[in-house]
Amino acid sequence: MQSHPYLFLVVLTVAALLFALIPLALARLWAKTFSPRKPGPSKSAVYECGLESKPTGWIQFKSDYYIYAIVFLVFDVETIFLLPFAVAFKGLSIGGFAAIMIFLLLLVEGLVWACMKGVLKWK
Amino acid sequence: MIDEGLQNEMKKQGVFTTSLQDLYNWGRKSSVWPLQFGLACCAIEMIAASMARFDISRFGAEVFRPSPRQADLMIVAGTVTKKMLPQVVRLYNQMPEPKYVIAMGACAISGGPFKEGYNVLKGVDRYLPVDVHIPGCPPRPEALLHALMTLQKKIETDALTGEKRPRHLQADAPSEFPIPEFGEHDLVPSKNEQLWKPAPVVRNE
Repeated sequence: MQSHPYLFLVVLTVAALLFALIPLALARLWAKTFSPRKPGPSKSAVYECGLESKPTGWIQFKSDYYIYAIVFLVFDVETIFLLPFAVAFKGLSIGGFAAIMIFLLLLVEGLVWACMKGVLKWK
Repeated sequence: MIDEGLQNEMKKQGVFTTSLQDLYNWGRKSSVWPLQFGLACCAIEMIAASMARFDISRFGAEVFRPSPRQADLMIVAGTVTKKMLPQVVRLYNQMPEPKYVIAMGACAISGGPFKEGYNVLKGVDRYLPVDVHIPGCPPRPEALLHALMTLQKKIETDALTGEKRPRHLQADAPSEFPIPEFGEHDLVPSKNEQLWKPAPVVRNE
């Protein structure tokens, strides 16, 4: 009887799984028998530099930072696409050209909006 | 448990036998990971011990961990001030069991030259279960290596089961020691009563 040509893959997968899982299971068994768990308030604490963490993580985040996100997108992400656009300019189809122009228009809109809002003025 | 005489006899014939407990202790003593944590000038000697000239990695203890979650040896290297002590005890509490403490240098043992200072703790063994004390001000790296070897000898004799097993193997033993707080005049509590039992002072009139 001829075995399936991919049978060795199944065998190797099972062997790999056992190779990883058996030591983990042994370690778990050992820990259960010979190393009782001992959690506590300071052992289970999140912070591990010796100090107590004082306030909670639930703070109010300043929403004004959305301006930076938009301006970053305009100046940084645009640059990433402008260079390949310039390199491939001659070989572009009409569709590709239109797509990149729409993309640029969307970003320029953001720039105009930021300009009108006065974000770019140095105060 | 194999008889020790028989074990020696078999060793002479080239047959090496061991027990699970010995194997476990051998593994533990050969990979003691200290907490990367220095308080004063003794820490410089600790750093020197970890470098190429003294080379603490010969004993498997070169992996200084910056997180207490991964360390099992706390080398109290230097003067422990009362301001610093709560952090030291909290770090010790955060270390997983089994854990060991080496008090390195005169300051960690007793306060050393700063013993009379109002802000210096007079020995870290008032709050932590110290396994090995190293005298010296500061102790040389060789002294730290000797302390590590002494600790390894101690780990070797740890029992896995029975009445004599160490604290970390007893399910009902507490995992954490009380963290002192700043009181009006001193730390509260001023010592861990369960740990620190000094010999009574006898005065000869």
